[in-house]
Amino acid sequence: MKRLHHRPPATAGLGLLLATLAALTALPSGLAGAAELADKVTKDCGGCHDLTGPSDDSLAARSERQAPPLYYAGNKFREDWVVSWLQKPSRIRPAGDFPPAHVRTTAEGDVIDASGLIDHPVLPAAEAEAVGGYLMTLRPHDDLIAQEDYTPGKVSLRMGAMDFVKFKGCAACHRDTPKLGGLSGPELHTAWQRLQPEFITSYIRDPAAWEPRSLMPNQHLESGPIHKLANYLRAIGESSEESK
Amino acid sequence: MRSSPAAFVSALAPAIVVASVALSTPASAGDASRGKALYEVYCTQCHGLNGKGDGVNAPQLAVKPRNHTDQAEMSARSDADLFKAIKQGGQAVNKSVLMPNWDGSMSDGEIEDVVAYLRELCCQSGQ
Repeated sequence: MKRLHHRPPATAGLGLLLATLAALTALPSGLAGAAELADKVTKDCGGCHDLTGPSDDSLAARSERQAPPLYYAGNKFREDWVVSWLQKPSRIRPAGDFPPAHVRTTAEGDVIDASGLIDHPVLPAAEAEAVGGYLMTLRPHDDLIAQEDYTPGKVSLRMGAMDFVKFKGCAACHRDTPKLGGLSGPELHTAWQRLQPEFITSYIRDPAAWEPRSLMPNQHLESGPIHKLANYLRAIGESSEESK
Repeated sequence: MRSSPAAFVSALAPAIVVASVALSTPASAGDASRGKALYEVYCTQCHGLNGKGDGVNAPQLAVKPRNHTDQAEMSARSDADLFKAIKQGGQAVNKSVLMPNWDGSMSDGEIEDVVAYLRELCCQSGQ
């Protein structure tokens, strides 16, 4: 998988070096350091992200959630994407983690109210590497991943889009291009770069197995249709990479 | 012994009251207040915070979401129809695939709660 690190401009080189050195001196190392790193992630990230697993599956808990859970980040994300994204975060969920909390009504219909959406902090490279590495150790759902038997295949962009939009209705909530699709779900035009393939297929198969009160419906799809959707995410992901 | 007409009407009165209430209130067995909370979580993204079919996803949808405050439209649907559409998705009632099945997200009882809220939403709109 191609790494997605962004190359800083030359004029920013000294600043980045100083920031990296500062981060390295702040980061723990060794076995004792691993515990310190866990404490640091809990302290810095735990205010918004669930790092330990849901304490209840109530509607209220889902409504109050500030950010996606990370306690299974090691089962979900690609490490290279996490490290890159932490250094240059961009919004994946246009309406936040709980859309009704970031929507207001207007005479023309509901619109996203971005005033309550918080930008993710930017991490220096060394800290992003350390945090990304730690998040990859959070793997409570290896069992769900192991149940998937998916070999990435090919589907044409045209057929994949027709399936995604017209037959499965995914575009009601998700964008498969930067400008087309619904706004309540996470954008999926970078899903392939972002997510582990088996997570994609497992989550489509049973969203509630990953998140109680997931906002994504379970369409009770067989493996074939699930793999076709995953192949489409691969096709659009690789297409966007090639166009860079 | 035959009853007098007055006694006959008196005896029927409770039944008449019960029948009147049954006709004037939603048949759904659900709890509308719980349904409102469920509706906010699962339905407003497409149907809108006010249920008018104008949620944040609506502009991108080829088939516009149902306006749940449209009394005429909603009156044409039975509670059973609404329950089926929510549980099994739009295709189950010959509507759009863009309306997904929510049986994996809500229990039957919770779907009944949403149906009860839909009746409240519809009838309180005054439209």
